[in-house]
Formats: sequence, structure tokens, C-alpha cells
Amino acid sequence: MTEITIESVQKRAEADAKTYGYNLISDPDLLQGLLEGLRVNEERYGYPSCPCRLASGNFDYDRDIICPCDYRDPDVAEYGACYCRLYVNREVYEGKTPLPTVPERRPVEKQSRAFSAPTPSIETKPATVTEEEDEHIQIGPKLWYCKQCGYVVFREDPPYVCPICKAKKEMFAQIKTRIKFLG
Amino acid sequence: MQFSKVQGKQDKHKVVLYALSTCVWCKMTKQYLKDNNIEYNYIDIDLCTEEDKQKIRQEIQSKGGPLSYPTTIIDDKVVVTGFRKDLLKEALGI
Repeated sequence: MTEITIESVQKRAEADAKTYGYNLISDPDLLQGLLEGLRVNEERYGYPSCPCRLASGNFDYDRDIICPCDYRDPDVAEYGACYCRLYVNREVYEGKTPLPTVPERRPVEKQSRAFSAPTPSIETKPATVTEEEDEHIQIGPKLWYCKQCGYVVFREDPPYVCPICKAKKEMFAQIKTRIKFLG
Repeated sequence: MQFSKVQGKQDKHKVVLYALSTCVWCKMTKQYLKDNNIEYNYIDIDLCTEEDKQKIRQEIQSKGGPLSYPTTIIDDKVVVTGFRKDLLKEALGI
């Protein structure tokens, strides 16, 4: 197993910030603290879930809070920083705007799962059944496509913003699949 | 449920801190309370058993707080979400 280091976590975050036009928080101590949290989570769960959120340890439940989380883009757009404040916009980075307080955007139902995930109950239906019974099952990944550019994604909810053409969430529609057996 | 107690000279208020061991803002809150000599109890939820996690969730939600960390509950009624020096100052008379 390759060792997860602060440096590798930082490198990945910096590359992602560059791609999306963000900056990482400028305070070096806070930055180190956030990266260390990500490193610990990656070691613990196998994926870098948000250091400031309670993860369930179940990948499917935590998918939306794997850094960079689903909520980063709308949070940076609205508040100037993401929930944990690892990613900030230029104004915040340069100190022109103070570091904001960012309220939790993640729906409470999703948060609640982190508290009950490892005790399997009604929620742990395998993802494979959803294609046949998708009308009745709320939880589990589905196929979504961007009506603007055609990007297709298989996950529980459509992304806030299309990663390809930046269309809003509302531009996503679900692809319903039916399986028929012939002959 | 195993809370850790941090001793402090200021023990007028009952201060309970729900934190995550990986969260830098939770660490800042712990440090801030310590620096101000506030006696408090804390628990790192990510290191708790599932049973305790459930109890903590119910506790935070029963006080009307969102499931966001750090959550500081002062005297069983004032809920401070996040590392908010201003609100902690006011509630604790720092």
C-alpha cells in the first residue's frame, strides 16, 4: 500500500484548485490542519472524505463529501469558501474579504446516514437492483445526463454543476432504464 | 459514552463540545477554550461507537443544533455551531 502523505494530499488539492480557479486557504496552520484531516480520513476510510464532516465509512453514503465535495462549488460561489474552508476564492485568499462562516449545505438525511450506516437496515439495498425498481427506491445511484452537453453520470443525485459545461443541476435529467428479456 | 474532561479555572458554565478528531476548526475550539481557562468536556464523534453516535445525534438535534462540528453546548441550552469566537465569548463571558 502506498503511504498517504500530507505532501500528496496537498499536491492533489493544489492541482484541483488550479483547475477550477480556486485557492487553498492562505493561513498555513489551518491549511496544514485541513490537509492532515484529509490524510487521516484517506488512511482510515480509503478515500479523503471531508475532515469537518462525520463520514460513515461506507463509500456510497460518503461519496458526496469526498474532497472536493459536491457542495464546494456552490459554497465557494455563495460564500467565498467551501464548508471546511480548504478552498477559497481569490478575494478571501488575498484577505480582501474575511474568511466566511459557511453553513452546512449537505441535506440532513444524508448526514444522518453517517450515524447509522454500519448497522445494515432498510437502506443497504445493493446498487444493482435500482435499475429494475428505480421508481420505488429512493436511495442508490442512478443515471443522470446533462441536457446541455450530454455528460452522463451514475450517482445518487446529479452534481450541482456539470463538470464539463458548467450547466446547473436543474439541467440534469434522470435516464430511466428498463431491462427486458426477450425470447 | 466517554467524554474527555479538560480542567480549567472557569467552571461556572457546563460546557460540552462535540467534535471530530480530524477537524481543524474543532481543534481551534478546543484550544480557544483551553487558552481561556474554560473547563469543558469533549468527545470526538468519529472515534465513537455506533451506539454513541446515535445518542450524540439525538442530543444535538434535541437542542435544535444542526449536525455540524464543532458543536458547543453551554449549560444545556446555548448551542454554538462552528468555531465562533464571538458567540463563545458572549455565552461564556470571556
